[in-house]
Amino acid sequence: MLPIEVTSLKKYYGDIKAVDGVSFSVNKGEVFGLLGPNGAGKTTSIEVMEGLRERTSGDVKILGLDPWKNGYELHKKIGVIPQEFTFFEKTTPREAIKYYANLFNVKVDADEILKEVLLEDMAKQNFENLSGGQKQKTGLALSLVNSPELLFLDEPTTGLDPNARRAIWEVIRGLKAKGKTIILTTHYLDEAQHLSDRVAIMDHGRIVAMGTTEEIIQKHGSGERLEIHGSEKLADYIRANTELEVEYNSKGEVIVPLRKKIDALAALAAAEQSGLEWGEIQTRQDSLDDVFVKLVTEPIGEQGNMESAERTNKKKRR
Amino acid sequence: MASAKRIYADFKVFSIGYLRNKFGLFFGLVFPVILILIFGAIFSGGGTGTVNVYAQNQDDGVFGQNIGSQFLSALNESTTIKVITVNASENFAEYLKEHSASDGIVIPQNFSAEYLAGQQVNVTVYGNPASSTSGIVGGTVNGYANYFNLQRFNGSLVIGLTSASVSTEQKTYVDYLIPGLIGFSILTSPMFSLVNISSEYKKTKLFKQLSLTPLTKMEWLTSKVIWYIVLTIAGFLLMVGVGVFGFGAHVTISAWLIPFLVLGPMLFAALGMLVGTVTKNPETAGVIGNIVTFPMMFLAGTFFPISSMPAYLQSFAHVLPLFYVTEGLNNVMVYGNINGALIDIAILGIITLVIFVLAVKLFKWRED
Repeated sequence: MLPIEVTSLKKYYGDIKAVDGVSFSVNKGEVFGLLGPNGAGKTTSIEVMEGLRERTSGDVKILGLDPWKNGYELHKKIGVIPQEFTFFEKTTPREAIKYYANLFNVKVDADEILKEVLLEDMAKQNFENLSGGQKQKTGLALSLVNSPELLFLDEPTTGLDPNARRAIWEVIRGLKAKGKTIILTTHYLDEAQHLSDRVAIMDHGRIVAMGTTEEIIQKHGSGERLEIHGSEKLADYIRANTELEVEYNSKGEVIVPLRKKIDALAALAAAEQSGLEWGEIQTRQDSLDDVFVKLVTEPIGEQGNMESAERTNKKKRR
Repeated sequence: MASAKRIYADFKVFSIGYLRNKFGLFFGLVFPVILILIFGAIFSGGGTGTVNVYAQNQDDGVFGQNIGSQFLSALNESTTIKVITVNASENFAEYLKEHSASDGIVIPQNFSAEYLAGQQVNVTVYGNPASSTSGIVGGTVNGYANYFNLQRFNGSLVIGLTSASVSTEQKTYVDYLIPGLIGFSILTSPMFSLVNISSEYKKTKLFKQLSLTPLTKMEWLTSKVIWYIVLTIAGFLLMVGVGVFGFGAHVTISAWLIPFLVLGPMLFAALGMLVGTVTKNPETAGVIGNIVTFPMMFLAGTFFPISSMPAYLQSFAHVLPLFYVTEGLNNVMVYGNINGALIDIAILGIITLVIFVLAVKLFKWRED
């Protein structure tokens, strides 16, 4: 039995297809990233899996249980940080952990958990006085109280500064090392790439690509290519004098897709032969960012952060 | 039991949070006491007002003249007494008791005849010797008797006074104010707090989060109710203390108060949650909460006894759930009317049950 098995999951709100036929499974001990702009259906999918929303159709088995019908049973076995985690303002992280321990009827070492999420210093601060990152860490701490084998982290680092994000990553890596199965949603590409064993890219309620990041890049990205800074004439010369495919882009780069490494040598020899001027050279492969831009219809902002995509998407949904 | 353990855990975390929040404590405990101090000071001050006196005229009159009525109207024109006429067929002593009054006057049957014939006839003045008003009433009636004697008989004693002692304690404004303000805090504290919490938790998705733990919504609401019962009892003791020691209020404390101190917070916590649950966002919830709360706050006998309001408002008061709390508290603490209190408990119990069940049914942890 796999920890997560989702088959043809659909969740409609009237005419709006929030999730439109999604299938995937997650292996034990794996970190699985659901990547996509906001409004792509990540949170809806994850909330269906957590038993917080009822699905329209499809089959979902989490640790062998139907999350909607057996939610109460399931919740004892999973850990969850919802998006934008909040807690009682006047409660400290340590008290929060003890509270959860009592609710789950388990004995825990609160200090141990605080240490695990790097929050020992703030154990006695009221939740309202914590920074964004510390609040998320409190959420992580609470999701660990019932020693779950499976963790759902819904955008655990959204809105955090780079240092806080890295601190959360460190915690998540620690959990992975302990063998926990983790499903993670994010709209940060680097986060998915750094943390996940496998990634599914979602757009408009569907999975548009799935696999390891390398597999996705290989399948959906272009292969390795040589880029030469030079004129359009240079591109024409190389095209005429080799058997290579040559493109020229608006940045003033001659692009030569490489079927074999040796193709680079032929292209460079032709460039040298041309007597034309040429500058910097490099070989490049599509990054996850490039693939993402190709697969997801919305424009993408800086650093893989798709705030703008999010907005256009939301408008569409309305 | 796991459920009790969860309720206790939730109770603990909520009460600690509540105690750390100065605003909550202020409105829960300090504010009602401040109200007692303010209203108590305003109304129990110099005692400059007139004294209400119940009067029964048993005089039948003679030759078309009723001296008894003349005597009472003369008294009514004094600045110290306001005469409230009681039907001649009533048992006067009983009547005083029922109305929690101690001051009264009875004009005997052949008053006019005896007076006109110059025979001595006595007016009976009822009063509680321990009360300051009985002196005022006695003095005023005596003054007018002398005036009537002087007018007709050059001062020879015709109208005399008999006094009758009444054990009914004179009720002061503070006596009514204490049950009223206890009712006020039973209403406001759980109601405002739960409207706020339930709409806020919905917005910030805290409910969703709690739904991922073994805590059930019933357990969650129960722990809130228990906390507001604790808070209500603390507020009750504080207010009674201030009323009795600060303003010399006369109130009866008995076990019959317990149902009100339990059902009241339960009702208004559930009602607050209902308002917070059925509204879309915290802003709307706040507005609806106020619409539900404010009429009750002023019209259910909190600041003024219901009997001092016009008849149509009195009938309106009967549809307000808080009315049965304040009336019940008054019945126990002020009138010693346990039968009346039992009816209030029954009505309050039914309303509470309906609202509580409705709140738990309509309140959703998770969405569909």
